[in-house]
Amino acid sequence: MAGKAVGPVRRSFAPWTDPASKPFIEFRKVTKRFGDFVAVDDLSLIIYEREFFALLGPSGCGKTTLMRMVAGFEGPTEGQVLLDGQDLAGVPPYRRPTNMMFQSYALFPHMTVEANIGFGLKQDRMAKGEIDARVEEMLSLVKLTPFAKRKPHQLSGGQRQRVALARSLAKWPKVLLLDEPLGALDKKLREETQFELTDLQQKLGLTFVIVTHDQEEAMTVADRIAVMNQGRIVQIATPSEIYEQPNSRYVADFIGDINVLEGRIASTGNGVVRLECIGTGATVEVDQDLTAAPGDTAWFAIRPEKISISLDRPQNGTINAVEGEVWDIGYLGDVSVYHVRLPTGATMKATVTNRSRLVERPITWEDKVWLTWTRDGGVILTK
Amino acid sequence: MIRRFSFFNLTSVTLGFAFLYLPIVLLVIYSFNESRLVTVWGGWSTKWYGELFRNEALMDAAWVTLRVALLSATVATILGTLAAIALVRFGRFRGRTLFSGMIYAPLVMPDVITGLSLLLLFVAMGFARGFWTILLAHITFSTCFVAIVVQSRLVTFDRTLEEAALDLGCPPLKTFFLITLPIILPGVVAGWMLAFTLSLDDLVIASFVTGPGATTLPMRIYSQVRLGVTPEINAVCTILIGIVTVGVIAASIITKRQEVERRRAERMAMATP
Repeated sequence: MAGKAVGPVRRSFAPWTDPASKPFIEFRKVTKRFGDFVAVDDLSLIIYEREFFALLGPSGCGKTTLMRMVAGFEGPTEGQVLLDGQDLAGVPPYRRPTNMMFQSYALFPHMTVEANIGFGLKQDRMAKGEIDARVEEMLSLVKLTPFAKRKPHQLSGGQRQRVALARSLAKWPKVLLLDEPLGALDKKLREETQFELTDLQQKLGLTFVIVTHDQEEAMTVADRIAVMNQGRIVQIATPSEIYEQPNSRYVADFIGDINVLEGRIASTGNGVVRLECIGTGATVEVDQDLTAAPGDTAWFAIRPEKISISLDRPQNGTINAVEGEVWDIGYLGDVSVYHVRLPTGATMKATVTNRSRLVERPITWEDKVWLTWTRDGGVILTK
Repeated sequence: MIRRFSFFNLTSVTLGFAFLYLPIVLLVIYSFNESRLVTVWGGWSTKWYGELFRNEALMDAAWVTLRVALLSATVATILGTLAAIALVRFGRFRGRTLFSGMIYAPLVMPDVITGLSLLLLFVAMGFARGFWTILLAHITFSTCFVAIVVQSRLVTFDRTLEEAALDLGCPPLKTFFLITLPIILPGVVAGWMLAFTLSLDDLVIASFVTGPGATTLPMRIYSQVRLGVTPEINAVCTILIGIVTVGVIAASIITKRQEVERRRAERMAMATP
């Protein structure tokens, strides 16, 4: 991985850093084709027990296909999918210890909330009393006890979503698969539910795999995120690593807001990379170990909140600094986003936290400004 | 906006409905005629209804018709539902267009041709003609109608519901009976009722494929009418009209009530957070 470690990593749960950990869900060189279309392309991936794992990518990137292969609705064209060491080939969906929460919720319209939640337990021929007790428990878990006798069409969107969650959790599956579970909810309800989900996952100690195209959702809930593009995994890392040390422009661009400056490598070595940016006259110095030859094309990527904006020329000239003109200011209440036009015509964004209740800002439209950053603010990418 | 009926509108509606219902109303009225002569009014009476139940030939025919209709509608519903599932589910197999086109063919085929071709088939195969050949013929043509009715219901069926059932540990066949069938049931019931009425009023095909000893009610009525209409026939027809009317009204009331109930429940759900 490119870049220096973000410092000593302190995590209570990180099986992926321990070579002795046993894989729980494993994709081994899996390819899936639908006719000529390659949905999943020679992909290998390990997910560990009790992990909250997110598959993130644009629509059509193969993330849903991966999940459907774990559930058993699709089989790999080539390669293997293993669960807890057992090859899943030929095991039908109804014999897999996985349960799925569907994007559309897929609640049975002709059954009550109770019957929906108890459906899976009934298939396991659990005793009537036990089913009732478990359903009761699930209902109180998702706070729907008063709605037990209702039919799905008598519930609001948020309630239906909680029924779907309760139904998929009722069997205590080894793996819970969540397909864009919160897509249909409004922002506030979604945020609440995200925290409820992580809470629940920790309380129950189950393995959750979530498919989403919403990067914020993935960052909030997941232990690790796999960013996918065109059937391949571009990067697998924790949310903060994905955000702070993206391994490519694709990942950097997909997660959050980022400024990218193109340049040529001037020198590498001793943990410092120097990059001459094209057209802006800036020299970028970054603390980073990178294998690249001088003259190679590379990109400097930095998040808007890591850029400082000032009216004065910095002391060390054009090292980690660039001059421009304020083109636009986006006022978001808590922060303001400055769009600064560079001499090359490109725009860079800088975020400033609004610390005081100023209506008049010291820096305003058409001001000549300097954008500066520190040596550990950004990252140099070679692809 | 309430639009008042203009004279032209009123006239055309009246004429239209008169054209549709006047013959039926006449038939019903004459079934209560005291007189032996159909076209001469002799005062009110229900004696022909009593007469009717003592007419063994008519009663036999009614019993044959009822058995054929019940059996053929049931078998056609099973076969038609299976055909509809095959048409909707199995994506693009070779010859799909041909198959789905062929399911519509018997709908537009004149009854005479269907009847004649079935007769030729039964003769060639050496079947003894009678009750069973009528039954087979009715199953054949009503299967297509059922398939089309069920198909329209299946198209809107959300297949993730089946996936959800499988995912929760329910095997495919059980999933069909627990999830798919209850949801497409209105379509299946509508298909059954359509098949039942088609069988009930079929004259042409039944006359072709029948043999000695198996006469359906429409055949009996038709042959009696050729010898002169008796008030008994009017009575039989009135009873048939009554059954059909009650069935149609009941079905529409049930669907209407469900719809209203559902709308109200949905409104309530949206109101509560």
